Amino acid sequence: MSSVDEAVRLHNAVVLLGSFPALAEASLVVKKGEIVLISGANGAGKTTLLRLCAGLVPLARGEATVLGFNLSTQRREAQAHVGILGHANGLYLDLTAQENLQFWGAIVGASTREIALSGERMGLHTRLLGTTVAKMSAGQRRRTALATLIIRRASLWLLDEPHAGLDAAGRDEIDNILREATSAGATVIVASHELERAGALATRRIEVVGGAIVERGAQ
Amino acid sequence: MNSIQPFPSPLTTPTGTRASRGLGLVVFLGMVLLTMLGLFFTDEDVVQGSTVRLMYIHVPTAWVAYLAFIVTAVASAMYMWGKQHSLTFDRIAGASAEVGVIFMGLSLVTGSLWGRLTWGTYWQWDPRLTTTVFLFVTYVGYLAVRDLGGSHQQRAKRSGVVALLAVLEIPLVHFSVVLWRSLHQEASILQPNGNVTMDGLMLFTLLFGVAVFTLLFAWMVLHRQRVLTLADAIDDGGLETALQERRNEVN
Amino acid sequence: MTQHPISTMSVARAIATKDLRIEWRSKVLVNQVLPFAGIVMVLFAFALDNDGILQRVAPGLVWLAVLFSSLIIVQRTFAIESADNALDAIKVAGVSSAGVFLGKAVALVVQLLLFECVLVLLSLVLYQVHLSWGGAVLLVTVSFLANIGIAAMGALYGGLGAAAKGRETLLPLLLLPAVAPVLIAATRATESAFGVSGATLGEGWPWVALLAVFGALFTFGGTLAFGVLTEE
Repeated sequence: MSSVDEAVRLHNAVVLLGSFPALAEASLVVKKGEIVLISGANGAGKTTLLRLCAGLVPLARGEATVLGFNLSTQRREAQAHVGILGHANGLYLDLTAQENLQFWGAIVGASTREIALSGERMGLHTRLLGTTVAKMSAGQRRRTALATLIIRRASLWLLDEPHAGLDAAGRDEIDNILREATSAGATVIVASHELERAGALATRRIEVVGGAIVERGAQ
Repeated sequence: MNSIQPFPSPLTTPTGTRASRGLGLVVFLGMVLLTMLGLFFTDEDVVQGSTVRLMYIHVPTAWVAYLAFIVTAVASAMYMWGKQHSLTFDRIAGASAEVGVIFMGLSLVTGSLWGRLTWGTYWQWDPRLTTTVFLFVTYVGYLAVRDLGGSHQQRAKRSGVVALLAVLEIPLVHFSVVLWRSLHQEASILQPNGNVTMDGLMLFTLLFGVAVFTLLFAWMVLHRQRVLTLADAIDDGGLETALQERRNEVN
Repeated sequence: MTQHPISTMSVARAIATKDLRIEWRSKVLVNQVLPFAGIVMVLFAFALDNDGILQRVAPGLVWLAVLFSSLIIVQRTFAIESADNALDAIKVAGVSSAGVFLGKAVALVVQLLLFECVLVLLSLVLYQVHLSWGGAVLLVTVSFLANIGIAAMGALYGGLGAAAKGRETLLPLLLLPAVAPVLIAATRATESAFGVSGATLGEGWPWVALLAVFGALFTFGGTLAFGVLTEE
């Protein structure tokens, strides 16, 4: 079904949160190298769509393929190539930024150099690297979280409101990183309320309405 | 989720079939006969007097309780290692554990009543009794895990693992309790039925009780399992309505 | 863009190091759980206000305090994962769940060991029991093996509780009956180590075997089961 140049293929995908169908027969094809912007009202199913692609919620019905792996049967294989940044940052609050990066480096087997580079890319200078996450601002935490994604070297990036809480420089930096990631072959799916901002970045826009997907065309 | 056949309407589908009604009738008649045997036809015990009649329900309830947990373990294993991951096995495991917890409760109550009459106390730290309590609590926990929510397959996987862990836990609990008691040099505690001299009819009544209770267990699990199937089907049927509602949001 | 394959052991080491570093930094164990256990030990003494009884039941009290505290420590070890939803990130990273389990368990073993040192010292002072050198060797062995059992079970059921959000209250119901053999074995062996209830040192060692079997069995079982229990 899915061809090699597709990063994501959903066909009538249903995802249940309890008994509520957060995704209701959503169908979507994302080609490799695309930057897709997902918009939609709160509760429409944006986050669940991202979590499905990350293999974090089970598919109740329909088909879902991510990077050639069938999510019903090869969830873990798919996950090894996916990075997700949700509402939470997935950081350890009692550790410093540097220690968080080192932890992720150890988990995925990244070199010291890669870890250093990721911090540099996200503008985490020495003083910030030594700060515990609990004492950081929202924007600084976001940068640290993105740096862990860089360490993860994911082929499919799933970002939920990545611009939230960032200053102008931070936002530009994110945009640059995403463009670079796609030019290196990665695919990016971004859920955002900030259509102006993310729209300029995206190659294509879709809208999630009532758990289903409506195409809004190429940018 | 795929293995559930859509029922015409789960709310009106009966859980009885001709065979299960037949089984139910047999169980009912067997219970009547067991009551007659236990209360009237059998003799009093030389030592225990009429108290011994408690044996005819205590031993069968305890037997069913342990049988139920073996069934739960086997059904869980069949779910986990079956190629289809059939939810039928999961529901049998769940139904059997529910029935087992009830019978374990009953056997603890009848056992402690019997103990009061023969030992003069409701409770003894006897290894078998102590293990039974742990088994009871462990399976109450198992039922709580079944209740955690999520998809049917998720429930089946989680509870299957917990049931199999319980199979590892219980022998260790029993072994450690036995060892614990044996180190205290107290007089070995007689099982309530340990000093009963049984004549032919008493032995027959006991075995007959075990047989009837086993059939009762089968009958209860059969029905409970069907109720669980229907409950799962209602969940899935609710999905259609919920999906429709979700679609309406679009327009 | 592919990941290097990472061994289960490296994952376990990364998780354990991280957990212990967080504990070192936040001192929740030392500042909150240890005082709790200490007050429990004192309350036991109030409840059993008799020197003779206290000495006799001291081993049981120590291990009861350890078990109750272990509930809090296990919950804490998964709270640091769910505070900023790091658990999701770890799952998505596709790392071996056996590695996560072992890492969590190792960190728990270390924390429990530290804990028991303090509780045993407290019992020597509060309950006036005596510990010979031979007893100390037995006690260290017992503590280490008992911790493996408690940590394996705790990591397993704690993970289940953390994955089923909002149902962490399930942990005591699942954990306490499961670790009953550890309580029994560790208590009896500690009686021998303390030389109370007429127990001799030699009588303690057979219990060590039971603890070893328990620890080995559930470390192995947990390695297999953790992934299934924690995934959604």
